[in-house]
This record gives sequence, C-alpha cells and structure tokens, in this order.
Amino acid sequence: MQIVATAPPVHQPPPTHVAETTNGLNNRKVLMWTFLGSDCMFFGALIGTYLIYRGKWLGHPVPTDVFDIPYTSVSAFALLMSSLAMVLALAAIQRGDTRRLQIWLLVTAGLGLVFVGGQIYEFATFGHEGLNLAVNTGGTTFFVLTGFHGTHVSLGIAWLLSLWVLAKRGVITQERSLDVEIAGLYWHFVDIVWIIIFTVVYLIPI
Amino acid sequence: MATIAAPAGQRSGLLARPIAPTGVWSWLTTVDHKRIGILYGTTAFVFLLIGGLEALLMRTQLAVPNGRLVGPEEFNSLFTMHGTTMIFLVVMPLSAAFFNYIVPLQIGARDVAFPRLNAFSYWVFLSGALLMHFSFIAQSVPNMGWFAYANLTEKTFSPTPAVDYWVVGLQVLGVGSLAAGFNFLVTILQLRAPGMSLMRMPLFTWTTFVTSILIVLAFPVITVALIELMFDRLFGTLFFNTSGLNGDPIVWQHLFWVFGHPEVYILILPAMGIVSEIIPVFSRKPLFGYPFMVYAVASIGFLSFTVWAHHMFTTGLGPIATAFFAASTMLIAVPTGIKIFNWASTLWGGSISLTTPMLCALGFVTMFTIGGITGVMHASPPVDTQHQDTYFVVAHFHYVLFGGSIFALFGGIYYWWPKITGRFLGESLGKLQFWLMFIGFNLTFGPMHFLGVDGMPRRIYTYPDGLGWNLWNIVATIGAYTIGVAIIVFITNVIRSMRNGEIAGADPWDGMTLEWTIPSPPPHYNFETIPTVHGRDPLWLQKHPQLDGHGPGGQAAPATAMQHAEQEGGHEHPHMPDPSYWPLFAALGLLVAGAGILMTASSTGYTMLVVTGVGLFILLVGIFGWSLEPVNG
Ligand code: HEM
Ligand SMILES: [Cu+2]
Repeated sequence: MQIVATAPPVHQPPPTHVAETTNGLNNRKVLMWTFLGSDCMFFGALIGTYLIYRGKWLGHPVPTDVFDIPYTSVSAFALLMSSLAMVLALAAIQRGDTRRLQIWLLVTAGLGLVFVGGQIYEFATFGHEGLNLAVNTGGTTFFVLTGFHGTHVSLGIAWLLSLWVLAKRGVITQERSLDVEIAGLYWHFVDIVWIIIFTVVYLIPI
Repeated sequence: MATIAAPAGQRSGLLARPIAPTGVWSWLTTVDHKRIGILYGTTAFVFLLIGGLEALLMRTQLAVPNGRLVGPEEFNSLFTMHGTTMIFLVVMPLSAAFFNYIVPLQIGARDVAFPRLNAFSYWVFLSGALLMHFSFIAQSVPNMGWFAYANLTEKTFSPTPAVDYWVVGLQVLGVGSLAAGFNFLVTILQLRAPGMSLMRMPLFTWTTFVTSILIVLAFPVITVALIELMFDRLFGTLFFNTSGLNGDPIVWQHLFWVFGHPEVYILILPAMGIVSEIIPVFSRKPLFGYPFMVYAVASIGFLSFTVWAHHMFTTGLGPIATAFFAASTMLIAVPTGIKIFNWASTLWGGSISLTTPMLCALGFVTMFTIGGITGVMHASPPVDTQHQDTYFVVAHFHYVLFGGSIFALFGGIYYWWPKITGRFLGESLGKLQFWLMFIGFNLTFGPMHFLGVDGMPRRIYTYPDGLGWNLWNIVATIGAYTIGVAIIVFITNVIRSMRNGEIAGADPWDGMTLEWTIPSPPPHYNFETIPTVHGRDPLWLQKHPQLDGHGPGGQAAPATAMQHAEQEGGHEHPHMPDPSYWPLFAALGLLVAGAGILMTASSTGYTMLVVTGVGLFILLVGIFGWSLEPVNG
C-alpha cells in the first residue's frame, strides 16, 4: 500500500503541503526510524551499564539467584507472539479490513499486557526474595534496565489501545494504515530489544 | 493519498486552532520555523548575558590574590552554572536558532517537517532552562562542575538538592534537543527542493544534518546517565555509589563523555557551517573543495564517537585503551585540518571584503586553529597529565568554544540579520564590537595558557600572593571586561538597527544560496513557488551563468540555473500549517513533571511524586490533543 506519492510531476500542484518529499518516503515514518536509532543508544547505554557490573555483584541475593528462566521465557514468548499479531493487524488494515484490525490490535495489546503483568509479578517475587534496587549493583542495574524496557512496552500498549479506539470509531481507514504501520515499527523494535535483554541478562551464564 | 479524513479529524480536535497573526498568543502558539528561530535566538542571548555575568563575577574574584568578592561555595556554583549555561543554554540554542531560521530557506522548503514538534522543542528547552534556574530561587545552586563527576554527586557528598536541579534541568533540555534533532534530520532528508541533491546542499545545511545525527545518537546516553544519577539520589540505587557496595564512579565518566565528546562537536559543527557560508560570499569565490568539506564534516561526526576517553587519561585506563584513545583523538586533527586549509584556499585569490561577518569568520578560523592545536597537545596522554585540571585546559576550551563557536555565531548574526529583519546591523559598530571582542578575548584567555603551565589549577576560588600568577590574572580580568563592553556595543547596534537600520534588500551580500532569493524578511510561506535547483550555490549560478564549468561543483550551469516549478494553481499563497496550543501545553507537562521531581528531592518521602504524575498526565493530554488536532485546521 503506497501511502505517500513519490515526487509528483512538476506541474501538478500537490493536494496539501503534507504531500511530497524528496525521497518519496513519509515524514512520520522516517521520524520513527530516527527515533528507533536513537532508542538503540538509550538501551545500549543501559545494557552497557548492566554489563559493566555483571558478575561483580556483592552480597546476596544477586539476580542470578532469583531468576526463574522458564517463567520469564513464557512471558517473552507472549511478547514475541504479539509481534505476529501486530503484523496481522497491519495486514488487515492494508486490505481495508477494519474489523480484523480491531481484533488484532486488541490481541497485540493483550499479549503486551501479559508481558507487563508477568514483569510486575516477577519484580514482586524478586522483591520478596530480597532483590531490590538498593541491595547491590545487581539489583540496581537489573531493575532499571528491565524496568525501562517495561515502560517502553507499556507506552506501546497505550498507543495500541488508542489506535483501537480510533479504529472502533472508524477513524483508522485503509488510507491511514500508516498510523498502524508506525506503531508497528515501534512495537517490533521493543520486542527485539527484549530478545537482546533476555539473552544478555537471563540466558548467558556468568 | 495523504488527505486526512478531514470531517472526522475536525470533530475530534479538542481545541480549535488559534489563528491570531499577532500578539502574545501568536508567539506562544506559533509553529513557524522563522518565529521559533527568533525565540531560540532571543532566549539564548538572554542566557549569554546571564552566563557572561557569572564569568565576570569569577574574573573579578580572581583579578587579584586573596579576592573576597565571593566565597568558595559561591564560586563553585558560578563555574558550574556558567559552564552549563554557556554550553546548553547559549551555544546550542543559538545554533538551533540558525537551524530553524536558515535551514528550511537553504533547502527551499516552506517549513520544517514537523512544525508543531519544532515549537515543542523550543518550549521544552525553555522549561529545562527554567527548571535549572529555579535553583537560584531555592538558593541551592548546582555546584559540582558542568560534568558533575561521581561520586561527588552522590547524596552522601551533595546532600542538598543542588545536584537535582542540574539533573532535572539537563534531562528536560535533552528532551528538547532530541526532538529538534529528529526534526532537522527528517527535514533535511525529506524536504529538499527538487534538484537539491545531498552534494548540492549548502555547507551550513550539511553541518546541521551531521549535528542532528550527533544529537540523536549522543543525547540518549546522557539521558541514561542522568536517569541513573537521579535514581541514585532519589531511590538509593548504587550506580555510582562507592559505599562498599562496589558502584563505580568511573562508569559515570564513561557515560558522560560518550555523550560529552560528540557534544563538543554539536557545539562546533554548526559554527563551522556558518563560517563556510560566510567566507565564500565575502571572498566572491565558491567554497574551495566542497566535497572534501562534506567528507570532513561527516568523518568528524563519526570520529567524535571514538575518542571519549581522552577526557579520562588520568583515571588509569591501562596502556592499550590509552593508546587507542590518544591515536583516535589525533586522527580528528586530519579532517579538521582539511577544513582549515579549505577555508584558507577559498580566501586565496578571492576579492575579499572585510565586513563584520567576514571579520568574525576570520576570527573563528584563527582562534579555532589555536584551540585546535592545544587540543592536539593534550591528545598526548603524558602531556594531558600535566594539563588536566589546570588553566591550560580552561584556555583550550575557551579558544574552541568562544574563539570558535561564539565568534562564528556572531558572524552568523551579522550575516543573516538583514534576511531576518530586513535591515542591516551597523558596520562601524559591528567592526568596533568585533575588535573589542577579539582583543578582549585574547587578553582573557591567551594568558590562561601561561597560568596553566605555571601550575594554576582550574576551579579554585582564590590564590595566594607570590606564586607568579598575579600579572596574568589581572590581564585576564581586564580582557573579560573588554568582552563585556563588546557585548554592550552589540546591544546598541541591535537597538539602532531595529529603530532605523539601513534597509537591506533580498540579497544584500550578493549571496549564493536560496535564502537570498526571497524577500527580507521572508514572507510567512518563504517561497511563492518552490525553486528547482540545478547546481551547487544555485543563486550564484543564476547571477553568474558565465561561471560555466568553472562554477562550484564543476558542472556546466544551465542558462537559468534555477527555475521555479510547482505552480500553486489558483491559490494566492501557499497554505501553511496553523498555530497550535498543544506544543506549549505538552511542554508545560514536562515542566510540572520536572518540578515534581525537584519537590520530591527537596522533601522527605515520595508524596511529591504526585506532582510529577500530574505533569505526566498533562503531557499525555497534550500528546492526545496534538495527535487528534486536524492537520491543517
Ligand atoms: C566573557 C567570556 C567568558 C569568560 C570571562 C569566561 C570565564 C570563565 C572562567 C573564569 C571559568 C572558570 C574556570 C575555573 O575556575 O576552572 C570558566 C569556565 C568555563 N567556561 Fe567560560 N568564560 C567565558 C565564556 C565562555 C563561553 C562562551 C563558553 C562556552 C560556549 C564557556 C564555557 C565554559 C566552560 C564549559 C567552563 C567550565 C566550567 C566547569 O569547570 O565546570 N565560557 N569560564
Ligand atoms: Cu573530547
């Protein structure tokens, strides 16, 4: 689905000032890509801090004492599957199928909620077992890194639900599938970041 | 197509878009890149006065041994606020003023890609500046130096909320910078006029482009560093805490300088761009070696991410890391040298006219070269070990930041002022200002080289008699006051120009780039018709078609170098985006959220985080109102 006209013939006045761009790409889409590039550095710095301290933690419990990898794998799987649902949501609206769009948006957000809910429960459990922000550098770096990822997911959920409301009110039409596509870019990015965090923080043994 | 479902959108807007063309509200709600540029410029100038006043206080204190104007505590606050202000509230926003005003004109666009985001950037910048300066009202002024080294910033050693004002203010400023970075990146990629290929972009647009990339990639790192510091102070995390739980203060230094070194290129690249516009025009020659200038800018941008630890040689990085960072730092001298030679070669054989903008540009080239050379000196770790924390470093970074950025920015002001206001700034006052500033600058900072090698440490509030430092300190202070006089001359010049300055036409300097093809000041919509570009320096090609194959870029210039395309059939004027309340509203949310964190930091317990919640809620409402607003109301 081509949303933005590629550079129109010179003599034809563009419909509005939003119309054509030098590269024929949509401005908002390029904006999202630049934002994601920037966000890579954000997570890069957080993961970097985690790695600097990794394994040098003092006292107990340290993160690896309390990890429940099967449990976290399940919520990671939910997040991964939400990306599939996101793809289906976009495909639906690109076909003009607003009903399926709404369904898949809800599924995506729902799976995201499963992930965030899982994280909240996990944080609470770890807290009971004595791992907190201030107990050692393990707790500090673990909670801040995964917490900010969780915040990213939560913002994504809010975004998806807003889209869902707009879709229900008939605002999101086939012509505006770009709105869904951009939210999707963000969502997939957050998903990929979790794959990295999950691998680095949980899976690779010290 | 791009037509947004208008009726539905219209109904879902929360507020009608404001339309008054003049008055306070028109400025508060403006989304016009030119007005936002003026807002940035004016605000930055006010902070230049504040930061300058802080500098004069310091210089007065240091004029003679055993000065008693301020105590050690005040002095700490003075250099911290002076440094932070000059970097984040003067040089960056002054550069942003030119990004805003000039870049859309140079690429033949009617505005930036996201006009409302642009307004948001400005209001967020202002909010951050205010949050930081609230510390004066709270009488808890940041006092740990502009790079806020851990573990001095930990609660144990800095129990007052002074550090928090700096953290929160800088965090908010960062949001504004990031938003602007995204915006200009997209604008330059996407909104160039037909025919304006990347290798035809004016150098100032190029440096804006690379600066935006640096902002987008470097600011997230300081964001993370500030979050970690804030968590250490508010929630007792251990990122930089050394109290036996093995937090490492050096981690802060790494994070800070991974941001900090690109930051210094964020400060200097726009200045280099301005100078690259001025020198060709007043040498009446196209810029020498344009492609090499572009490659030099791009490679400096890249290299700036590989050198950060040259600020940390004295922390004991180990021989391999030290050698690597020394080598990469020296490498930066290569593209920088290329630029200096290109500027010199542009001058070579040109018919030079020494107007005020040109004087400032030449001041830049010479002073920046001196600062660059001392820079390569402390790229050498053993030499740096001698220089670190002495006045030699203070001399170095003022030669690049003041001798470099500030001179170029004044050059830009004199150069583009006629475009922005339609009137010239006075030439004789301009020259007077330049020479006062040039002499004063060298009197202030030249002697600091000597003071540095004589062992005078930086950041000391006073010094005893008999160390051999007296002469150069009084000279430096006299120089500083001379700079103050130069600034007063500038203000006089501005007032005179606004009252009855000589009227400048559309193209007062015989310019080369597109901004000089439209009236001064430009109409709201900039270009009646979007130009089509057929070569580098399009206006120059149009005026001097005889340049032919010898023209910039070497292509033969067609008879009409620049045609007008895209007729706006029937319309009187192109339709421009309407003003909006939402950018201001959303920025207000950040202001409140920041204030909430500061209130939390100044109290016990976390009840004040409610205020932060309210602020974030305002921000959220702002974002919704914004995205539901009809695109062109
Ligand atoms: C009127 C012109 C200026 C004067 C007289 C002046 C003077 C000073 C003095 C006395 C210090 C303190 C040195 C110390 O105690 O260690 C200082 C620090 C500093 N200045 Fe300036 N300055 C001027 C302009 C600027 C400009 C234009 C910039 C940047 C664009 C700048 C950036 C800095 C920075 C980053 C510091 C370091 C602050 C710190 O140590 O944390 N200054 N300046
Ligand atoms: Cu550096």
